[in-house]
Amino acid sequence: MSQLIVVGISDYKFAKGPEVIVTYALGSCVGVCLYDKVTKIGGLSHVMLPDSTSFSAKDINRKKFADTALVDLVDELKRAGVRNNRMVAKIAGGAQMFEVQPGSKLGAIGERNILCVKQALSQLRIPIIAEDTGLNFGRTQYFDLATGTMKIQSLNRRIEEF
Amino acid sequence: MFNNYDELSDMQIDVLREIGNIGAGNAATALATILDEKVDMSVPSVKITGFDEAVQSLGGAETMTVAVLVNFSGDGNGMIMFLLNVEDAKSIMDILIGEDDSDELSEMKISGIKEIGNILGSSYVNAISALTGLNIHVSVPYIAIDMVGALMSVPIIEFGAIGDKLMFIEENFNGETNDLKSNMIMFAEINTLKIIMQKLGLEI
Repeated sequence: MSQLIVVGISDYKFAKGPEVIVTYALGSCVGVCLYDKVTKIGGLSHVMLPDSTSFSAKDINRKKFADTALVDLVDELKRAGVRNNRMVAKIAGGAQMFEVQPGSKLGAIGERNILCVKQALSQLRIPIIAEDTGLNFGRTQYFDLATGTMKIQSLNRRIEEF
Repeated sequence: MFNNYDELSDMQIDVLREIGNIGAGNAATALATILDEKVDMSVPSVKITGFDEAVQSLGGAETMTVAVLVNFSGDGNGMIMFLLNVEDAKSIMDILIGEDDSDELSEMKISGIKEIGNILGSSYVNAISALTGLNIHVSVPYIAIDMVGALMSVPIIEFGAIGDKLMFIEENFNGETNDLKSNMIMFAEINTLKIIMQKLGLEI
């Protein structure tokens, strides 16, 4: 029986199959699953904000931002024995929870998070093989390290596997 | 001088609690008028917590919740959320516009709750405005029904960029006759807290 490893907001965790990692109730945040099917080692990062560059380095929690969290998680995974060219990504979240007027920065944050996660993954040369992003609802994201399956649970939609 | 929410002194927190008391007191009066029943308000609590703890304190990440969000801006910037569970939202609207057979909230009832959130948010902000002399205006209201963790990602992202703590002032409302529970939470930018305290003559 595998255990459930819980990832909080602006945090990441990594482990090896058959463990299952979960992050609950992603709204405008983006959950990024990174996986190597050879070693069955994978990590899940709950990214809260797109970009750390407008903050001074001493103030920031690197696990909070797309541009820093993913770089650090990839480093950790490499130290755990994953080769970069075997890593693949599955991402979820980045919803717009409230239907605000077009153009408001409140409405755009989910989209910006998705965009910056994609940029960061592209710079790390990690392909995105599945995504369940955007729209207007919350998502709980399970990441099964035995298989690399990402399972998404929402209140008004049946459970979907990616 | 504080630059993070967790640097607020006890006295400053007392002041925030009083702000909550005045703002939510005004909102509770408005709610009592709408429901035509007595509404009890809890002593306001000022929460300075980590992001996950904030979500936990509102019932746990996946709890289905109705949230009305009102932004305020001008001399001060922040956000007010009116939160309640689906059953209580439905009960309130049953009282106001009549019962229906559905267990779910009809579009009309959702829009009624949104308007109540709007009135309560505006009452809250007006009271702070009157107290401090600050020129603050509120946005139109927005409503969503989803997991409370996902709804809270909005203020967490807005006010959690610097540091790892969130500050909010929370009050619980309880309608006496029908045991209708709801709560209001208010978030404000650090700079807005400074401005409010200066306006009230406090050293910061």
